[in-house]
Amino acid sequence: MADAFIASLCERIKDHAARKAPLRIRGGGTKDFYGAAREGETLDVSPYSGIVAYEPKELVVTVRAGTPLSELEAELASQRQMLAFEPPHFGAGATIGGTVACAFSGPRRPYAGSLRDFVLGTRIVNGKGEDLSFGGRVIKNVAGYDVSRLMAGALGTLGVITEISFKVLPRPASEATLVFDLEEEPATRQVNLWAGQPLPLSATAWQDGQLRVRLSGAPTAIAAAKAKMGGQEIDAADYWNALREQRLPFFAQPGVLWRLSLPQTAPRVETPKAQLVEWGGGLRWTPGPVNTLDLRSSVERLGGHATIFRGGDGADVFHPLRPALAKIHKRLKVAFDPAGILNPGRMYEF
Amino acid sequence: MGVVAEASLRSRVLERLRAIRPPPVIIADEEGLRPFETDAFIQHRATPMLAVLPESEDQVRAVVIACRDLGLPVVSRGAGTGISGGAIPHPEGVLLVVSKMKRVISIDALARTAKVEPGVRNLQVSELAAPHGLFYAPDPSSQSICSIGGNVAENAGGVHCLKYGLTTHNILAVRAIDGDGDAIEAGGPALDAAGFDVLALLTGSEGNLGVITQVTVKLLALPERVETVLAVFPTVRDAAEAVSEIIGAGIIPAALEMMDRIVIEACEKFLAMGFPAGAEALLLAEVDGGNEETLAELAAVREVLARCGATQVRVAADDVERERLWKSRKGAFPALATMLPDYYAMDGTIPRRCLPDVLDRVYALAAEYGMVIANVFHAGDGNIHPCIFYDSNKPGELERAEELGGRILEICVEVGGTITGEHGVGIEKLRQMCVQFRPGELGAFHDVKRAFDPDGILNPGKAVPTLKRCSEWGGTHVRGGKIPRPEIPRF
Repeated sequence: MADAFIASLCERIKDHAARKAPLRIRGGGTKDFYGAAREGETLDVSPYSGIVAYEPKELVVTVRAGTPLSELEAELASQRQMLAFEPPHFGAGATIGGTVACAFSGPRRPYAGSLRDFVLGTRIVNGKGEDLSFGGRVIKNVAGYDVSRLMAGALGTLGVITEISFKVLPRPASEATLVFDLEEEPATRQVNLWAGQPLPLSATAWQDGQLRVRLSGAPTAIAAAKAKMGGQEIDAADYWNALREQRLPFFAQPGVLWRLSLPQTAPRVETPKAQLVEWGGGLRWTPGPVNTLDLRSSVERLGGHATIFRGGDGADVFHPLRPALAKIHKRLKVAFDPAGILNPGRMYEF
Repeated sequence: MGVVAEASLRSRVLERLRAIRPPPVIIADEEGLRPFETDAFIQHRATPMLAVLPESEDQVRAVVIACRDLGLPVVSRGAGTGISGGAIPHPEGVLLVVSKMKRVISIDALARTAKVEPGVRNLQVSELAAPHGLFYAPDPSSQSICSIGGNVAENAGGVHCLKYGLTTHNILAVRAIDGDGDAIEAGGPALDAAGFDVLALLTGSEGNLGVITQVTVKLLALPERVETVLAVFPTVRDAAEAVSEIIGAGIIPAALEMMDRIVIEACEKFLAMGFPAGAEALLLAEVDGGNEETLAELAAVREVLARCGATQVRVAADDVERERLWKSRKGAFPALATMLPDYYAMDGTIPRRCLPDVLDRVYALAAEYGMVIANVFHAGDGNIHPCIFYDSNKPGELERAEELGGRILEICVEVGGTITGEHGVGIEKLRQMCVQFRPGELGAFHDVKRAFDPDGILNPGKAVPTLKRCSEWGGTHVRGGKIPRPEIPRF
């Protein structure tokens, strides 16, 4: 079955490439909101599902792209392991392939690493209909260019992801959440000071004068950190989940949702509406409308980039690239998808 | 190239390079070029046409543009500590030595980042970060001399990768000059950047996609406590089982090193470590972090070691003792090298469960070739470093050692691993690239290269073999443990 799926996928892509007929790659359809144009015939990857290999003691799992994220997470949880980048699902049908294509990481990201940090290998079908495997199923591997990580966040524009190998990590023995009354800039400063100490931080979020900090680790380590950091302990297991899935009331505001990625210690960026700040200051959400050019130029000046995360539909969803980098992007697109049929326009105009 | 044509090209290059303002240091005499003939892959050497030592990104750019215009290869070099030959000069090209670009541009303690030029030494970053309670995690064994630019080019690792990752996990941004002479900035000071993950491509690209001119690295909090344990096992299988059990217990040690009986014998002979008779494997585990977390992990590790049949377990009481325990890993090779002058270190990675079987096969090969192979592994992540001892004064020994090494790498591929975990391909493992990858993947690598370097001037002939060379070598792909036509000698 597996080989037949890949073979038919290759044939279909070859056929579309010959006709220059676009394909819209889709898994569970939970991230349709993300990215720009979505044209072409739907290429459904969700039937290509299942865990290919899981070796808990090797910390490695290989999984087909159509596998529901919830199924993979349940399997890892049964061995007390996890995807340490804590990906959001944004819907019940989320697949691991779509998650990798979007490179979505959740609250644990600044302290454990991003999705791409945990990618060990990918199998793809490129725009020429070639079935290719990059990276591998081992934790250390520097043979060949790191094309497997290149697939993370490329939104399917360079290839249809069919299999991914990840490094997985043990689940922490325990977790606790502390809350502090702090304004935004002192809060950001404080979490960055903590991050420079050997404390078991695993997530932070600031909103409306309140800073929440999650700790993960051995119970003794958490007790010691609590004593050092102060604050008030709250029961917040649901909070972090709701934050990750954007189910907090903050995310229910009408209009577009902007995602500002900034250096963690960057000063406050003024926006018309309030912000929710995650990742120790590295990730800031704000509802629109805003003046796109003004916002982008202030964010860029600080070394960051701004994305219209939800509600964007035009070519300006993603932060424009500087010319030299844009040149490399266009050439990579042509190299992997010369006919320009894989999710064209979903990311940039190519 | 004819002698006359070469001389004329050389003078044209010199003219272009001397016109750069301010002028970089240019080395053109044979005597001056000699130190650059090789990197740490000392079995091979070549003299470049010229060496240039720029001091700024602008100068690097001007050199690359001059070489592009004249169609000359550019090989970049940092400290020259690479052991796969990635920085060995091109005889008809320019060697771009970044050792003068060694400014530390900034250290931001609050943001936990350091922005440095490529010639800054790896260890220097950690030394400068230490007063802020921070360090730079990747620690290749050459860390006191190797430089950050080379670390990025090779995606350098070290003994602490299982917990802290490779270079690719510990950098935020890279500036590089591509083959067109354009400055590209990949990544940035934020936790992610817009567009494709060009930073991932540049990291480990072995000087093929760009000349690195600036790197922003992440700094981490120095651990509050470090605990080091050395355990002795009667069999490799027992030690491998202990590694699995430690990880199965939910512990990610900072280091988890395994040494085989050849290393143990050398330790006994030269360092008098006092290991029990019949010891076949040593396991060196280090846990670090916050005080409480580390103590909890140490207790769990000790429990696992005892349960898995360790015949001796030592916990370092202080830094002096820690140093001594690490000697079993680091001191064994100098000791062995007193018996046989040369050694050739291999660098495969295998799924850890295959370790005992792969080791048996390595020993069988050693017997077949009549050579001594000592084995150290980064056991946590399956990165194996068999060291083949030989004597380069004996005719043919080096070639035999290389052949033996190639066969070990092919075993790594056969069991589902890779030919290089952290040393890079360079020129050393080009041949094995043909075994690990099929023509489709190799073609994609060449396509990636063309995206950055359309004229193919950056470090040509390294890291990725041409399909033509693969077919000349008879390179065949090994899949699912089935080697096509196993009766044919592979070299």
